[in-house]
Amino acid sequence: MNGGHDLGGMHGFGPVTPEPDEPVFHHGWERRAFALTLACGFLGRWNLDMSRHARERIPPPRYLDASYYEIWLEGLRTLLVERALLSAAELETGRPEGPPTDDPRVPGPDAVPGILERGGSARADDAPARFRVGERVRVRNRHPLGHTRAPRYVRGRAGIIECRHGTYVFPDTHAHGEGPQPQPLYSVRFSGAELWGKDGDPGSAVYVDLWEGYLEAIPAR
Amino acid sequence: MSGHDHPSLSDVELRVRSLESLLVEKGLVDPAALDVLIDTYETKVGPRNGARVVARAWTDSGYREWLLADAGAAIASFGFRGRQGEDMRVLENTERVHNMVVCTLCSCYPWPVLGLPPVWYKSAPYRAKAVRDPRGVLADFGVELPAETEVRVWDSTSELRYLVLPRRPPGTEGMSEEALAALVTRDSMIGVGLARAPEPGSPG
Repeated sequence: MNGGHDLGGMHGFGPVTPEPDEPVFHHGWERRAFALTLACGFLGRWNLDMSRHARERIPPPRYLDASYYEIWLEGLRTLLVERALLSAAELETGRPEGPPTDDPRVPGPDAVPGILERGGSARADDAPARFRVGERVRVRNRHPLGHTRAPRYVRGRAGIIECRHGTYVFPDTHAHGEGPQPQPLYSVRFSGAELWGKDGDPGSAVYVDLWEGYLEAIPAR
Repeated sequence: MSGHDHPSLSDVELRVRSLESLLVEKGLVDPAALDVLIDTYETKVGPRNGARVVARAWTDSGYREWLLADAGAAIASFGFRGRQGEDMRVLENTERVHNMVVCTLCSCYPWPVLGLPPVWYKSAPYRAKAVRDPRGVLADFGVELPAETEVRVWDSTSELRYLVLPRRPPGTEGMSEEALAALVTRDSMIGVGLARAPEPGSPG
């Protein structure tokens, strides 16, 4: 979706301002919001693509005005209600309805290091790839209402396949409960001039990881 | 708002506190597990991990080749693996090519080697500007590269996570791996900075 999260190429945000000796968290509540998001994710009721989509559905004015962990918190609240772990009334009042869960999958402290160390690769068994390294391709000019990882600034643009990463879970279906439907994933190189025209830096290039379904062949002239 | 009991707490603090107590009462999270998660990323996992990888690559050409060919396995040999670093790729900076990593769509970042990302990495100015004006971003960080150096920006749109292997600073011949690791900054491994030069007269 063309949400407030898809920021590549926008003007007007000003310079990047690094903070010297920045702490990992700036407020106590950020620590808790971070940990709650991960811990609730451990319950297995949604995947990472669903989390991202919950955040990018925040209306653009709010998304751009919110701090990072405010965005996480809002995404988490959305998922908890959508996946029926909490009711909207519980979220509103802060009071539980009904008895606590006896879900044995709720991890205790001893289980956390192992869960983090295992992670969860999105890589799937290799499938035949349509495009070859060095081939010119174009990103399909699509603007889906749902989740996608093809940023706006590359849609319709031509690039060169830099490498094949293998076959990975397809976010556009995975975010909507339509299964992993793995596809070949490529690194595609775009020149600064192709992306930004005369306003681009001719001595720069952008590499974007793109799934095969985002790409179309460029017919030979 | 219902903040009368806690006049010093902001709305967002109240919302997080209320959500945590609700989830604990419902039995959906274990507060001790939350503490472990916070402690892991606040005190255990951070850019010193990545710095050790870089210093090894600077001193051991066999390791460097392994790192560039199979980053996941080479990094895991230090015990750094798992969440948000399941599939890794390392990008080597050279005299001719400078690499910079961004996630324009969210905040993808290689947690096992760099920890959690800084605020600027997740914020709109960087996500908007890095792909359009990378040299301008470098200038924001006080870095100027020769015009003939190609700048390659890597937008982390998939589950691949990128780590930049910065150039080894001159004047570091004979330094120990440990001393070299101290020169490797977080920013140099994102590609918005360079590794630090050694202090004059510093011991190897």
